[in-house]
Amino acid sequence: MVRVMRAGGAVPTVFDLSKQSVGELNKFLHGDLRDIKAVRVENPDGAHSIAVAVDAPLRIEIGGNVGYFGAGLSKQATVIIEGNAGPGVAENMMSGRVEVTGFASGGAGASAHGGLLVIHGDAGLRCGISLKGADIVVGGDVGSFSAFMAQAGRIVICGNAAEGLGDSLYEAVLYVRGNIRSLGADAEVQPMSAEDIAAVTSLLAAAGINHPAREFKRVGSARKLYHWNADANQEY
Amino acid sequence: MATQPLPEMPVAPEHVQREESALYDRQILNYIERAAATGLYEIRGLGAKRRLPHFDDLTFLGASLSRYPLEGYREKCTTRTVLGTRFAKKPIELEIPITIAGMSFGSLSANVKEALGRAATAVGTSTTTGDGGMTQEERVSSKTLVYQCLPSRYGFNPDDLRKADAIEVVIGQGAKPGGGGMLLGQKISSRVAKMRTLPEGIDQRSACRHPDWTGPDDLAIKIRELREATDWEKPIYAKIGATRVFNDVKLCVHAGADVIVVDGMQGGTAATQLVFIEHVGIPTLAAVRQAVEALEELNVKDKVQLIVSGGIRTGADVAKALALGADAVAIGQGILMALGCNSESYVQGGKHYSAEADYRRLKTAPGFCHHCHTGFCPVGVTTQDPVLERRLEPEVGAKRVRNYLKTLNLELTTLARACGKQNVHHLEREDLVALTIEAAAMAKLPLAGTRWIPGHPG
Repeated sequence: MVRVMRAGGAVPTVFDLSKQSVGELNKFLHGDLRDIKAVRVENPDGAHSIAVAVDAPLRIEIGGNVGYFGAGLSKQATVIIEGNAGPGVAENMMSGRVEVTGFASGGAGASAHGGLLVIHGDAGLRCGISLKGADIVVGGDVGSFSAFMAQAGRIVICGNAAEGLGDSLYEAVLYVRGNIRSLGADAEVQPMSAEDIAAVTSLLAAAGINHPAREFKRVGSARKLYHWNADANQEY
Repeated sequence: MATQPLPEMPVAPEHVQREESALYDRQILNYIERAAATGLYEIRGLGAKRRLPHFDDLTFLGASLSRYPLEGYREKCTTRTVLGTRFAKKPIELEIPITIAGMSFGSLSANVKEALGRAATAVGTSTTTGDGGMTQEERVSSKTLVYQCLPSRYGFNPDDLRKADAIEVVIGQGAKPGGGGMLLGQKISSRVAKMRTLPEGIDQRSACRHPDWTGPDDLAIKIRELREATDWEKPIYAKIGATRVFNDVKLCVHAGADVIVVDGMQGGTAATQLVFIEHVGIPTLAAVRQAVEALEELNVKDKVQLIVSGGIRTGADVAKALALGADAVAIGQGILMALGCNSESYVQGGKHYSAEADYRRLKTAPGFCHHCHTGFCPVGVTTQDPVLERRLEPEVGAKRVRNYLKTLNLELTTLARACGKQNVHHLEREDLVALTIEAAAMAKLPLAGTRWIPGHPG
């Protein structure tokens, strides 16, 4: 059962996307929100670009599935998607929190710089691709090529990882509890340190997902592709 | 009477056989030697160096008995250019149809970015960020700034997106269609590393595909997201490296781009594999024609603007690109050369200094250098080195680029007036003919003095 942290007693401003447009919603979210505590979006019905480029410490609840780029380019906001998310959820997020109660499609958290993305279900292909410092916690499995070219940040995967995990990894660190079908180029399993245990514990607590941290394996970059050279057999 | 003895005849000179091979010439010999020595492909800067069909293979039909010219200097000839009229609430308005192409902070120094911004503001045109993100120097100095959204997304963030005047989604570039950006370790300084979220000193390779969208249908949704993020205010450009231009331009139109930027194979880079530069992509001349045909076929020629880049060097190049149907051009390499790339000297503290020794250190010479990738630019343009970057002072650089752009614009208007046009955007295909068969075929223009367009009857 997924338990999502509830807002404390604030009456939300409600948008009904069966009557209003995504453009109106986004325009509102880009405006003066000083008197707004929370926003609730009903009937999202898989629309694209819901709540993009928000820059306010606001709580936004989306009562259903979102299409592509839900909560993309988000700063400061807490966005709860009560359903599933299409490709690129929370792409390029800068700070704040995005939570998906269901599953997320490809490219979840792509190039995200900061904040926390929580996916309670599975994530599709390329979860955390090009990650630039954000944290991602996935309650289920992740698809192939997750953490591809991930530069910074942390990804906690409570389920399994498919093919090519962490291909071309830079300095992002991955923690996997389940099975890794295959590692990508330059990714390697590394020992878990006390700091890693503490990090996983803290990330899981923040996500509200319960597993012992010692059940996770650490995956990091072997750093062999950082400088191109003749002996690399053209792996580059 | 004794005479001076004649000097001894040297031994009859041996005939030294010097029959060069066209196939295995000096250049190829160097290539093979290098490959054998290093086991690595060559990486270099700039664009295609080999001879390719280009705008020089076209010529204008100026005035004639049946075509009235305008006075070359006095009669008005408008150069004002508007980009992004299709969907954006705030289209870009430029004084001239010559823009500064995307070049990264990282490949170029911060001083250069500032110089470009100042020059562009002075002449009323735009600059473009590159694969390293937006610097404060460039945003402050450049009145009109186009913000690139590249596969790497280095430094990409919503604050800079909001500060931009236009957004350019980069699908590819002419120098390396299909390849991502490259910045070798010696140029990954502390500041560059921080902006790109990378460890200092590593050999950085950008992704060649976008992380959150794949094909043309996805691109439509991505463009829509960027519009939503900026409340539909800013024009969105789509930049493609010239490969399957006809199809790509149509797809970009369908994806909702306001402006399409087509970058031919002559386009430059600060670093990529030689094999990409010389052997991937089609010449700018062929690309322009395909792009214009695609726009005309979709009946959006007056709604979606076309910017052409890749080896635009002179006022004549600009005029020909416009006559073929472009709305504007973008210049990269020419701008760097205006700053001093491949110049024998640089200016520092009001004095000229010779840069010859530093070219020699790179085992090259002024006029031959393409070593942008090393970061040891002898004239301080493509470098992060704190000593070298002082050789390009923003004030000096800005003045040079301003002069260059003004010269191009003067030549452009001269040619337009000679063709009887009051507005450079009225230059048309009928003003041009080709000087070679390849150019005639690629540009679909008649060979000069004939009515023949290769592949077309009559």
